[in-house]
Amino acid sequence: MSVDILMPALSPTMEEGTLAKWLVKEGDSVSSGDVIAEIETDKATMEVEAVDEGVVAKLLVAEGTEGVAVNAVIAVLAEEGEDPATVEAGSAPKPAAPAAPAAPTAAEPAPAPAAAAAEPAPAPAPAASAPAPAAAPVQASGGRVFASPLAKRIAAQNGMDVALLAGSGPNGRVVKRDVEAALAAGTGKAAPAAGVAATPAASSPIAIEGPDPRKIAGQLDMAYDEIPANGMRKTIARRLVEAKQTVPHFYLSVDIELDALLAMRKQVNAAVPEEVKISVNDMIILASAKALMDEPDTNASWAGDAILKYKSADVAVAVATDGGLITPVIRDAQTKSLSTISAEMIDLATRARDGKLKPHEYQGGTFSISNLGMFGIKDFAAVINPPHGAILAVGKGEKRPVVRSGENGDELAIATVMTATLSCDHRVVDGAVGARWLNAFQKRLENPISMLV
Amino acid sequence: MAETSFDVVVIGGGPGGYVAAIRATQLGLKACVVEREHLGGICLNWGCIPTKALLRSAEVGHLMQNAEAYGWSAKDVTFDLSKIVERSRGVAKQLSTGVGFLLKKNKVPVFEGSGALAGKGKVEVTDKDGKKTLLSAKNILLATGARARVLPGLEPDGKLIWTYREAMVPETLPKSLLVVGSGAIGIEFASFYNDLGVDVTVVEVVDRILSAEDEEISALAAKSFKKAGIKIMTSAKVTGVKKGKDSLTATIELADGKTQEMTVDRLMSAVGIVGNVEGIGLEGTKVKVDRSHIDVDGFGATGEPGVWAIGDLTGPPWLAHKASHEGILAVEKIAGVKGLHPLDTSGVPGCTYSRPQVASVGLSEAAAKAAGHEVKVGRFPFMGNGKAIALGEPEGLVKTVFDAKTGELLGAHMIGAEVTELIQGFGIAKTLETTEQDLMHTVFPHPTLSEMMHESVLDAYDKVIHI
Repeated sequence: MSVDILMPALSPTMEEGTLAKWLVKEGDSVSSGDVIAEIETDKATMEVEAVDEGVVAKLLVAEGTEGVAVNAVIAVLAEEGEDPATVEAGSAPKPAAPAAPAAPTAAEPAPAPAAAAAEPAPAPAPAASAPAPAAAPVQASGGRVFASPLAKRIAAQNGMDVALLAGSGPNGRVVKRDVEAALAAGTGKAAPAAGVAATPAASSPIAIEGPDPRKIAGQLDMAYDEIPANGMRKTIARRLVEAKQTVPHFYLSVDIELDALLAMRKQVNAAVPEEVKISVNDMIILASAKALMDEPDTNASWAGDAILKYKSADVAVAVATDGGLITPVIRDAQTKSLSTISAEMIDLATRARDGKLKPHEYQGGTFSISNLGMFGIKDFAAVINPPHGAILAVGKGEKRPVVRSGENGDELAIATVMTATLSCDHRVVDGAVGARWLNAFQKRLENPISMLV
Repeated sequence: MAETSFDVVVIGGGPGGYVAAIRATQLGLKACVVEREHLGGICLNWGCIPTKALLRSAEVGHLMQNAEAYGWSAKDVTFDLSKIVERSRGVAKQLSTGVGFLLKKNKVPVFEGSGALAGKGKVEVTDKDGKKTLLSAKNILLATGARARVLPGLEPDGKLIWTYREAMVPETLPKSLLVVGSGAIGIEFASFYNDLGVDVTVVEVVDRILSAEDEEISALAAKSFKKAGIKIMTSAKVTGVKKGKDSLTATIELADGKTQEMTVDRLMSAVGIVGNVEGIGLEGTKVKVDRSHIDVDGFGATGEPGVWAIGDLTGPPWLAHKASHEGILAVEKIAGVKGLHPLDTSGVPGCTYSRPQVASVGLSEAAAKAAGHEVKVGRFPFMGNGKAIALGEPEGLVKTVFDAKTGELLGAHMIGAEVTELIQGFGIAKTLETTEQDLMHTVFPHPTLSEMMHESVLDAYDKVIHI
């Protein structure tokens, strides 16, 4: 019997999506778990896995088709012993197999802007700020999630968000079996900090306020190319507007001398195997995590009627990809060694650019870092990635004249200096609190040996 | 020449089959029904419906005998058995005719005769004169139902040893009746005959009556029936029968191994059912039969492509409403309806229309615990309910079982007046996956028996008001 492969619903509110790419062609044999297509939503590109095995008899929706309705038949699989040529869509009497959404992919593989680990303050990626591709919390989106009272309760008891689950009940209602299936599969966990939820369908435009550039360009006869915004770009647009409009930002900067750190890095890299290269960025991640333990008031989120102080430092690091920004998270970074952080960061950044991150790898986090040092940026201020309480913007490490007190009074010296700017959510982090954190961070970097213990 | 080519040929016109055929036409499929005896099947003709008519007659008699309690006097209350039976047959006929109209209205042709698979996509119908008609079908839905199980030594003879069939149309009233088996069928007939003044004994092989019900409900039922005059022997079995001219003597082995002889006018065998799998052409197909029931997936698909089976034929619970649901599910599957899920039998209510009535849905307290749930149990007695007292029905209980952690309604179990009409409320609650919160926030009308459902939920969470 043939099996219809249906357009999967990646979230309860998803009504349609873009069939970005087919990874199989008609006549290919697939087995359960094979990735057969990529579907683009507002959050990311998701891979679709085959549930049954068989031969791809027909691809019914062309690559790049936008607005494919959820549950539409997108392909038909012929099962063993069946002639693929005679298979018809919709004829499958067997339970139709909804395609399984698999790992999301941020975007097409991008040429890595900087994987180098050699310059001072290199970064795995440049980024202006770090909106996780995860969407806004439910309450922010205002979308109603259909779920049974029992499903909601079981989800809540297990720290899951029903809005993340595809509902199998009437009209997509999330019911007990969906929550139990997600529990068994280990999906649907709301990230510890970032509530991820229902978002407008990928195709919905983000409203713009103020002058309409299309109209002005039309009136003034300005030439332009129009690049349609993909789901990730729309999410970035929405999230950043939200962050800037709802989070009261303020900024604190400090200059940090890196010579001791660079010396230690040289020693460390000499001591570790050839293939391991600890970058300055890895050390910044570790220093941030240690500083978050030193000054835990900054490792926090505003929860409306309370402040949540997190117990571990889950550091989200902005990575630029062709499609936009994504922030993979190094969890429990305070407990990890430099070589572990280095290895994780290389893996996460590579997969981020290849579009192979899984949701749990980029959702959540308690604090973020954005590093534009490799572009020669001296200092900048980043936009907070809600619900994080702060984000650290890291500039280029460069030789600068510094004034030191010597035997003959003040004297000029040369040091490698980097400017770090902390953007704080004033609801959570007051000026003194942010300042204490920056001091702790500076101390860790300027006395780098303290990071190793 | 009548049309003989269909999308769906349904064999069996019972509550599973005729409902499936109507649903199929709603979905744009061309469907027909093959029926060998009566439209409506056992349910309408020899089961659910005519027994409800009999039990209603018994209830009316019970009220008349107790009229003084309500301020009336009714002396010399008598009944005419033939008229009670006649009414029951009339009700069955009316509804069976109604099914015929429904099928006609939905343009579902009915082929009278026995249907059997006759090769891929073919059904052969043999009418009572032996005339054969060949139908072709893209899909064949087997809905041939079930019949009474026969125990060796207790083979029904139509005279002294009855099944439900004979028990439903007695010509004379026996003085005494031995009912073997205490499932819903056995208990309903025991209750009916007892109310008509027959000396009724129920023999049950397991240690309690209505063993599919919650243990507490079983115990309350046994107490009520004993009080009404029914003798109940549990952990007992009939090991032999000696037939006389117009009576029989049964040997009953008791729990302690001793035997007892009992002479009764009639014995009714109500020891379960077997599926009607014979003579429907299963031989040589990939349809798998396991202990008289056909193996199917969650949508009724058998091992043979294009052949589906539903209802009693596919196994317990043997209930008309389950068959109807399965029939609808199977044809929706055939029609390619999206988003279907197999029937969750934990949401299928079971009802026994004896006096008192028994109704339940979901897991018993013991089954819930055995399944690993930590439970919260609520109970509310009829004695605490105004409407029950006003009705003169102060005996009964509404029991609810919740998962202590999630608040899921795992089961509800009721005994007492009209509980068969109440149980749907908990059925909806279960299907919608409400928690105790939603049930507590629901406003139940006063004064009704349904308030006990509310109070039982409140009791599970120590918030009960009226006890």
